Amino acid sequence: MPVHLPDTVDAAVAHLAADPSATLLAGGTDLMVEVNDGHRRPSGDVVVVNRIAELRSWRRDAAARAVTIGAAVSYREIETGPLGEMFPALGEAARTVGSPQIRNAGTLGGNLGTCSPAGDGLPVLAALDATVELASSHGRRVVPIGEFMVGVKRTALAPGEMIVSITLPLIDGWQGYAKVGVRNAMVIAVASTCVVLDRAQRRVAVALGSVGPTILRCPEAEHDLAASIDWETLRVAGEDLERFATLVSAASRPITDHRSTAEYRRHAVGVLARRLVRRASSEEVTV
Amino acid sequence: MSHDSDHYVLDVNGVRREVTDSWLGESLLDVLRDRLGLMGTKGACEQGECGSCSVMVDGVLVCSCLVMAASAVDQPIVTIEGIAPVGSPSDVQAAFVEAGAVQCGFCTPGLIMAVHDLLERDVMPSETEIREELAGNVCRCTGYGRIIEAVQRVAVERGRAQ
Repeated sequence: MPVHLPDTVDAAVAHLAADPSATLLAGGTDLMVEVNDGHRRPSGDVVVVNRIAELRSWRRDAAARAVTIGAAVSYREIETGPLGEMFPALGEAARTVGSPQIRNAGTLGGNLGTCSPAGDGLPVLAALDATVELASSHGRRVVPIGEFMVGVKRTALAPGEMIVSITLPLIDGWQGYAKVGVRNAMVIAVASTCVVLDRAQRRVAVALGSVGPTILRCPEAEHDLAASIDWETLRVAGEDLERFATLVSAASRPITDHRSTAEYRRHAVGVLARRLVRRASSEEVTV
Repeated sequence: MSHDSDHYVLDVNGVRREVTDSWLGESLLDVLRDRLGLMGTKGACEQGECGSCSVMVDGVLVCSCLVMAASAVDQPIVTIEGIAPVGSPSDVQAAFVEAGAVQCGFCTPGLIMAVHDLLERDVMPSETEIREELAGNVCRCTGYGRIIEAVQRVAVERGRAQ
């Protein structure tokens, strides 16, 4: 079977059009685990996407106040480069992905393509209302993140389509990410939370990982906090913060599995959300 | 660029190595060990958790078990065999021996690769940085204390040599 190493998106989607059963390979950190376990055997062509310059790069659109990140940008680059500074929550999430070896190989687009509810970068993309650009031999389309992530390891990708890039708005305000696992390093999220406090828009976004079939937003909690927070200092009164945490927990839809219980996960996302909001106001004071 | 999944050429430690009869999806780890006879790279978890299969591909430290070998054509691959010739260990290898950082030795090749990579990027890492950077290399013998000591020794010696 052929292994293709295209250097343009056009060449890649032509291979996908020619073989609808083709396997897309980016960093390999999800696919190869399945192959090594014998759970998956590529049977058609393999299309390796991480030599496509457009996918390996990112660009800042100053006019739109947005940054477009190529799907094959690695977590290591996000963690150590300017992307982690422009999007601190994404930088924090990147730092919790696997080990240095995994972050060197694993990509943001691969994380999104796998679409595990525990994908570390995904709550950040959801909280920032990312858009996802897809390409096929028929052309390109842009899909909001909430419509792209459909369920457990299910996405809106059509046959013959691939992820080209993810676009994130630059936020004037505060953003943070926190995750619970059994230890500090090399661990899959038992529960994760991203909080974005958009001062210019007076808008709160909260997204939760590992507590539902896909990443969940918390509209009630978001509206409640947007009304109670002091947008100058980002401080929140104690009882308002408690109510916010309760609403976040209520928005989760966790299950009990071999990693944790539904009860623990529901509790944990409330704690993480409250902790993040507290961190926001304490960092504001020190700035 | 396209090639057949069962016949391709890899650049391993500066040598052109032909790979034949490879199956589609075969990992770089298996190709290195089973087809090219390079047994220094170890395999244990085959899911990127243990780091014993760490190699450099295109200048980047990765788990070779998670690299599809056929996707690594035209990229320089460096394995533990490419770090130093047999009989004349690198400074990192020598420091591991001197510090007692080698016990059963199974994790050692992967750790040597990771430490060389770490010290290329950070000449004087703190203990916390060493622990974070080596989080992907599991050792079940040493408790890591002597490994960290070995890394610090190399950093100090390299600093002195400058």
